[in-house]
Amino acid sequence: MNPSLRSEPAPAAESTPVLYNERNYLREPATGLWSWLSTLDHKRIGVLYLISVSIAFAIGGFFALLIRLELLSPTPAFMDAMTYNRAFTIHGVVMIFLFMIPAIPSGFGNFVLPIMLGAKDVAFPRLNLLSWYLYLAGAAIAIYGMVWGGVDTGWTFYTPYSTTYSNTYVIATALGIFIAGFSSILTGLNFIVTVHRMRAPGMTWFRMPLFVWANYATALIQVLGTPVLAVTIVLVFCERVFHIGIFDPALGGDPVLFQHLFWFYSHPAVYIMVLPGMGVISELISVYSRKQIFGYRFIAFSSVAIAVLGFLVWGHHLFVSGQSLYAGLVFSFLSYFVAIPSAIKVFNWTATLYKASISYATPMLYAFGFIGLFTIGGLTGLFVAALGIDVHVTDTYFVVAHFHYIMVGGTIMAYLGGLHYYWPKMTGRMYPEGWARLSALVIFLGFNLTFFPQFLLGYLGMPRRYHVYPEEFQVLHVLSTAGASVLAVGYLMPMIYFIWSLRFGQIAPDNPWMATGLEWKTSSPPPVHNFDEPPVVTYDAYDYSTVVKEAIPIG
Amino acid sequence: MADHTAPVETLELREQFDTAEQQKDASTLGMWIFLITEIMFFGGMFAAYTIYRRAYFEVFAIASTSLNEIIGAANTGILLLSSFTMVMAVRASQLGQRRMIVLFLILTLIFGAAFLGVKAYEWNEKFEEHHIPGQAGFHLEGVAPGQQGHAQLFFSLYFAMTGLHALHMVIGAGMLCFLIWEARKGVYTATYNTPVDMIGLYWHFVDIIWIFLFPLLYLIDRHLKV
Amino acid sequence: MNGHGHVDAVKTYVGVLIALLILTFVTTAVASIDLGDFSVVVALAIACCKMLLVALFFMHIRHSTQLTRLVVVGGLLWLGILLVLTMTDFATRGWIGVPGK
Repeated sequence: MNPSLRSEPAPAAESTPVLYNERNYLREPATGLWSWLSTLDHKRIGVLYLISVSIAFAIGGFFALLIRLELLSPTPAFMDAMTYNRAFTIHGVVMIFLFMIPAIPSGFGNFVLPIMLGAKDVAFPRLNLLSWYLYLAGAAIAIYGMVWGGVDTGWTFYTPYSTTYSNTYVIATALGIFIAGFSSILTGLNFIVTVHRMRAPGMTWFRMPLFVWANYATALIQVLGTPVLAVTIVLVFCERVFHIGIFDPALGGDPVLFQHLFWFYSHPAVYIMVLPGMGVISELISVYSRKQIFGYRFIAFSSVAIAVLGFLVWGHHLFVSGQSLYAGLVFSFLSYFVAIPSAIKVFNWTATLYKASISYATPMLYAFGFIGLFTIGGLTGLFVAALGIDVHVTDTYFVVAHFHYIMVGGTIMAYLGGLHYYWPKMTGRMYPEGWARLSALVIFLGFNLTFFPQFLLGYLGMPRRYHVYPEEFQVLHVLSTAGASVLAVGYLMPMIYFIWSLRFGQIAPDNPWMATGLEWKTSSPPPVHNFDEPPVVTYDAYDYSTVVKEAIPIG
Repeated sequence: MADHTAPVETLELREQFDTAEQQKDASTLGMWIFLITEIMFFGGMFAAYTIYRRAYFEVFAIASTSLNEIIGAANTGILLLSSFTMVMAVRASQLGQRRMIVLFLILTLIFGAAFLGVKAYEWNEKFEEHHIPGQAGFHLEGVAPGQQGHAQLFFSLYFAMTGLHALHMVIGAGMLCFLIWEARKGVYTATYNTPVDMIGLYWHFVDIIWIFLFPLLYLIDRHLKV
Repeated sequence: MNGHGHVDAVKTYVGVLIALLILTFVTTAVASIDLGDFSVVVALAIACCKMLLVALFFMHIRHSTQLTRLVVVGGLLWLGILLVLTMTDFATRGWIGVPGK
């Protein structure tokens, strides 16, 4: 049996059963709630984040379902306008700030990045724990504000509605996001210092896994962009509470200034959301092709290029807001450049697949899904970056479909792929492959059924954030909601079988995927201190010749 | 089970690091990155200021003259003195001079408190002159009724920016108190003085913010003294 | 970062302090002179000098690593991006005679 074509993990030989490594980070230094809540171990903090963001995902997803149910009918079904506005605000705020931003970097990144570098932990473990608590505090306050109080401004809380006219819990929600933002900043700071200062001997920049490069670029964005969102929230807070009118037109203030400051962060934020996903895809494509990634340096530099260029394009969110035409031209022009490094990555992943030994394990299915759906999402980004087309499709479902193709078809696919890939490493258990492949398929089909009709809806003129619409759009809306139900089933399946696997899953070997990377040289799950001695790295990141030589038990 | 062969963790060499020098390098890089986040944080307000000053230059100039530039300059001097005493404290910690560390930190705290005291006095003056934005009785002399709103924008920025700056000073003062407490116990030596160094960087950064706030708020156009 | 135990002399710090105080006096005095559009340039130039003095000497950038300097330059560059690109909007409003543009 050719091991390189294996899509199942290496089966244990009869004489050497795979033993569960008892001395691992889940058991040591202690079990019990307090040891977890006071942990400084990056692996535990990563797990705590993964649990937290999963809950956030469930909340955001629940409100997505409510929205789709309401939109089955062109007239109000079970929500009035105010309730609907509150529903899409919660969906946006929770999904973006409490799931998409932290999920891969603070979840997988925390778990795996130090091990990938050969380090014992991140540079500042205490700050790491603090960042998780800040996330929780921010999440609690924001969710309280939106669910108990209700906020109807949308996640973008544009002025002057949010500062002057909205009678809702804007301040509580904004405060929650402000606090959660510091969680993001601290994670980014930690990663940058860890990558610069804690690499093992021999781990040069160009021997690092591409997942590290991706998270490093993400960390740069977190550190440079989030503070501007923070100060914007401070100004909104001051305007709402002290009535000082920075954005108030009655005083000569400019509401568009708010939009500039808001999108200065929020555009780069979408790259915070997608770059780590791309990092995961680089890992998956390489492993399940058994091949050195094509164009390693191109992908590495593209990650940084996306981070940098992403800061220069925010005005494309303001094309119809009253921004000057010349600024619109500048931002439209710059927006085309940011597509280039993303495209470079897609070409390199595709080139990696050429003449490769491809296996179709679940993570690889998600990787394929990512490449196709991200490409569609990215190409439609070029549509909206064109000033003329954007005037027609802005604030319609076309834009909604565009970003969901990238966020859900892209990042969430990468997240699920990464979750399946790292599950054996984190838990010491395998998930059930059959069910996992089925749910990947269900998710893919459900996703496309949900969001493809939305491109058509938007192009035909259906505005976003409307809970009533002309009858002619109903068929497409019904298709979209049907898709959302399928998608929901698809997401529920992993939740069930992952939990099932914790007790009943096959015990995982150290390196079930025969992957390179220092994380696969530790046990599954890894010991508390990652390595007994700092490893010395002498080979490149995706050098599979080093792994083939490992003993493969013949089944 | 703890790894019994690992060295006991000290302040100077925490568990995740291999050498004390690596730890110090990491701390320094970390603090500088934090200061960059602060540049961007204040930067948003500087962006708002730039836009409105350009748009409403005359009103901003008149509003600026209502601030007392002598007091502002003197306060700037006080803050610069506090930066001097802070770097002297860092220097003393590099030489392991416990008494001098404590002395200079206390002096820094005193100058910082003086700065905040003067600021409080200035704010109170604005309150008495009815220059608080958002209040019904706001009125700036020498400015037409249709432009009172623009004057309010100036003062909104004035209070927001100096307020944010003052908040950072208060946090800095708190950290100085912590440093003084630890320094008295002799925690900082020539081999371990990172916290003094790092909080020094923070303090100097807050000083640099003021170095820009002073001319931008107080000195827009003094030659048209009203 | 103070590279490897390099301790500056007290004289250096005193000198920098005096320079900073003098520059503060100068910027206050110059503000009373009518320089037109040039006023803001002079004020910012003096502020930048003061910033450099504090950064190089009090914050020890003089003795710091390349990486630290890169971080500082990067931060200032990013502030520049925020200010400049935002101004591309506000500075070009009304260039076309169409309302709202």
